[in-house]
Amino acid sequence: MNQEPAESSIVVCPDGPLIIRGDFEIVTPSGAPVPRDRKTVALCRCGASAIKPYCDGTHKMIKFRTEPPAS
Amino acid sequence: MKLPEPRGPISSALLGVLAGEPGSAGESLSGLRRLVGGKLAGVTNIIGDDDVQLALFCLYELHYSGLEGVQDEWEWEPGLIQVRQMLEKPFEEALRLAAREAGGDLDLPAGSDLTSDAVADVLFGLAARDTGPSVSRFVAKKASLGQLKEFLIHKSIYQLKEADPHTWAIPRLSGRAKAALVEIQADEYGGGRPDRMHSALFARTMRGLGMDDHYGAYVNAVPAISLAAVNLMSLCGLNRRLRGAITGHLAIYEMTSSQPNRLYGNGFRRHGFDADVTHYFDEHVEADAVHEQIAGRDLAGGLVEAEPGLLDDVIFGATAVMAIDTRLSAHLLESWEHGRSSLRAAVPAAA
Repeated sequence: MNQEPAESSIVVCPDGPLIIRGDFEIVTPSGAPVPRDRKTVALCRCGASAIKPYCDGTHKMIKFRTEPPAS
Repeated sequence: MKLPEPRGPISSALLGVLAGEPGSAGESLSGLRRLVGGKLAGVTNIIGDDDVQLALFCLYELHYSGLEGVQDEWEWEPGLIQVRQMLEKPFEEALRLAAREAGGDLDLPAGSDLTSDAVADVLFGLAARDTGPSVSRFVAKKASLGQLKEFLIHKSIYQLKEADPHTWAIPRLSGRAKAALVEIQADEYGGGRPDRMHSALFARTMRGLGMDDHYGAYVNAVPAISLAAVNLMSLCGLNRRLRGAITGHLAIYEMTSSQPNRLYGNGFRRHGFDADVTHYFDEHVEADAVHEQIAGRDLAGGLVEAEPGLLDDVIFGATAVMAIDTRLSAHLLESWEHGRSSLRAAVPAAA
């Protein structure tokens, strides 16, 4: 493993989006750039955002959970 | 900013003093302090007091863009700072009381469990509990064009200098919390593009409705509670001892923003306005979903990990903004549901 910090990072937010920070591009499957207005972005992972691929905070309304419920 | 109209003896005396020369104002300043001391004793609801909130707003404004015709040297005139502190002390006490009522019984993590994610959980929990009256639903479904303009007028007091009060905190923080605040603020200020600054986007929305987009143009029109919302931010931003509170304030501000901004945009779309006008709101849906994570985890959470003693102040800032927002929302909805204006005085643009 390379011990140097990577150029980019993905923060896995509990019950929330993925925060992507650093040097990266967001593209469609055919490689076209997805419109992007900011350096650091939040990507939806609850599936309910109205502005996918970006997060719009809807995960809070649908009580999205990233951890399976304790049994 | 243009000099506002005074609203009572304190703001009237203050504006009188500010018209003079700093440095040789010892006598007029001691007169002002005596008057403030006497008048404050009779103020029962300082958060809703027009005279006190306008005086504080003007005193803080000396640290932002200044007041027209008032010499810049007044900013650090020791006798004037004393006046500000006389007003800030009871204002902060009232805010702490209102914040405790808004926060209720809170289950706070103790000692070794005070991780940044635990702090973020507490803040997200508070934001989710914010079930007060909903201005955003009213704006989306019912607001008339005149009410949309009133809404912009109340917001314009802060939004035309959006992000500035929190920027004061940057040199008071270090490490992870500082990097987080700089990252959020860089986005607020347009990422290097002046036309994309959030304050510039808000000005564009105002122009789209034919309104005056000069900073402070509508200060005379808004009631005390709208000024108090901005004074809360300036109080916490300008006092280093309240650096925890300004981070809690920003975290809740961001956490209660994405969905309301979608609804605000819908209200303007309902009246036929296009993306030129709604861009400000659409931008905040996306931006604040990023900012709420950074503000909760890295800014407020990172600060508490570094300085655990600041947890109480983070909660103070968070619950104070909830308390003030609830009062402002109640005022707007009460006015509008009774067919009244929410402004102090009729404003041509809102007619």
